[in-house]
Amino acid sequence: MSTSTQQPSAGPDTSAPSQGALGGHEKQAPWVPWAVFGAAAVLALAIGLLTSWNIVLFVIYTVVLGTLGTYLLSRVTEGPRKAVDRLVTCLVVSAFGIAMVPLVSLVYEVIRRGAERFDAEFFSASLQGVIGPGGGAYHALMGTLIITLLTTLISVPIGLMTAIYLVEYGTGRLKRSITFFIDVMTGIPSIVAGLFAYALFVLIFGPGVRLGIMGAVALSVLMIPVVVRSAEEVLKLVPNELREAAYALGVPKWRTILKVVIPTAIAGLATGVTLAIARVIGETAPLLITVGITNALNFNAFDGRMATLPVYAYYQLTQPGVPPQDAIDRAWTAALVLIMLVMGLNVVARLISRLFAPKTSR
Amino acid sequence: MTSTTSAPPAQQPKSRPGDRIFAGTAKGAGILILVILAGVAVFLISESVPALTASADEIPGDGGLASYIGPLIFGTLLSAVIALLVATPLAVAIALFITFYAPRKLAAGLGYVVDLLAAIPSIVYGFWGIFWLAPRLVPFYRWLEENLGFIPFFAGPVSSTGRTMLTIGLVLAVMILPIVSAISREVFSQVPTLHTEAALALGATRWEMIKMAVIPYGKSGVIGGSMLGLGRALGETMAVAIILSGSAAGITWALISSANPQTIAANIALQFPESTGLAVNTLIASGLALFVITLLVNMLARWVVNRRSDFSGAN
Repeated sequence: MSTSTQQPSAGPDTSAPSQGALGGHEKQAPWVPWAVFGAAAVLALAIGLLTSWNIVLFVIYTVVLGTLGTYLLSRVTEGPRKAVDRLVTCLVVSAFGIAMVPLVSLVYEVIRRGAERFDAEFFSASLQGVIGPGGGAYHALMGTLIITLLTTLISVPIGLMTAIYLVEYGTGRLKRSITFFIDVMTGIPSIVAGLFAYALFVLIFGPGVRLGIMGAVALSVLMIPVVVRSAEEVLKLVPNELREAAYALGVPKWRTILKVVIPTAIAGLATGVTLAIARVIGETAPLLITVGITNALNFNAFDGRMATLPVYAYYQLTQPGVPPQDAIDRAWTAALVLIMLVMGLNVVARLISRLFAPKTSR
Repeated sequence: MTSTTSAPPAQQPKSRPGDRIFAGTAKGAGILILVILAGVAVFLISESVPALTASADEIPGDGGLASYIGPLIFGTLLSAVIALLVATPLAVAIALFITFYAPRKLAAGLGYVVDLLAAIPSIVYGFWGIFWLAPRLVPFYRWLEENLGFIPFFAGPVSSTGRTMLTIGLVLAVMILPIVSAISREVFSQVPTLHTEAALALGATRWEMIKMAVIPYGKSGVIGGSMLGLGRALGETMAVAIILSGSAAGITWALISSANPQTIAANIALQFPESTGLAVNTLIASGLALFVITLLVNMLARWVVNRRSDFSGAN
């Protein structure tokens, strides 16, 4: 372990008291911090019972008291350096706990309220002529699927070809500027993408135009950079040996890309596209200003307003009508369906990359 | 040796038609992206020209374009900065927890759980914020007003619904948490193992190791990541549109009262569907302002992040 013979003999004597850090819990048994937090919980319970009971305050008191207790105890028994280390550990773990609060409460809340109207009618009926209870989001669901499909049809070819250009062909200034502006494009606010699509179509159709295809164009502005980034990463992973082997057999470059590079990377590409769809399927703002809302079925993206799930949820919540509760229930169910779609796509993406991963890694 | 390796690429362009078509299409797609981005700028400018040239009393609010957009820009910046101040320390702590504190087997799973926050659509955050978070924050705001009311930020009267600027800041903080912590995590995991192990071998505690080896290495990455988060928060629309009870409050620093400036993005979402004529052009002009602000923030962020990646090759 050590090269010098004199150092180790001197080492343990002088540095043992302060070097407890290396050994971890040499000086303090591992159960001590837990015991401190247990005591803090009891104390917090006492405070809570004496004043007014509140679960949030109880948790806050427990964490604060436990952290303080751990710090002070460690400072007395182990010295200031170890104490600060324990303090930071407590803070870092609590930070993670704080981040879990919104996630858990959000998912719980959406499931609880969304389950109310999660029935067959919601998926089979539109809102045409519906006042009060009943009605569904069939039209909005179909609108979301049609617009997302169109978005995918626009974005994937452009994004994939750009990624191929960047990885296989690109050189010099053009490649650098495309890469840079793709990064910039990732940060375009979704509402600005919507305004762009609106401004573009206004020039052609005149003011006040609302079409499904406008929404697809707006969403494409958001989706293309995501597709390019993920496809670029995946194409870079394809080993150069495969390309060189193909060239050595006299295969032209474009056939090499189509027959060797893309099949090798197909799982990664599919994962990237799925994640990109998940990214845009929940977008509300651009659809709100380009596609609008309707209560009737409309399967034609080139003719008039369409309903989409996020916009449907938004209007059901903000303009619920006379007995508001029915519409608000529908809004929550739409939110639940939306979360299920996004999470489902994420799971599918993970499955694709896991199931087909061995092929790409070879 | 060098001549033989460089020779095949030199012979390669034998100019097959298939090759030329394919390469041309790929290049065209790349250029198309630049055209789209330029198009975004050009169309936004061309549609906002009527608002830029209109006289002051034609603009909604009768005060001219500057006094219409000014408070909106203020509201946008204020909410985004609150989000940034809340999210950055939290995100760095989470990144540290996942990289250095969590058990190795759990780390990837925990990272995925934090990333789930990014997968939730912004409108669902709006639902959660208005129904779950805002009412629960009201007692806390009351307490703030009673005890810290002398600070202008917490001046009363407290909003009874909780739909305030501070609530928006917190919701936006949750929404940008995943991106900031993902980039911080990536930077922290790139810290050379030699540095961290050397620090530990010298007897540093885990925190001292982080302070000496991790933070100096990852600082610029964290800054870049939080600026990307800032860009995200500036453009966030639906959550703000649903939660914030915005009014024509103008510029105010009070964070917990019911009079709040609206943000640009939320104002567009709220006003656009019912607007016609010059009002639409005014909204597009405000969108142009938002586009320019986010563009600058993002370019700066990318510059910071990329500058760091140039250095990271040195490990």
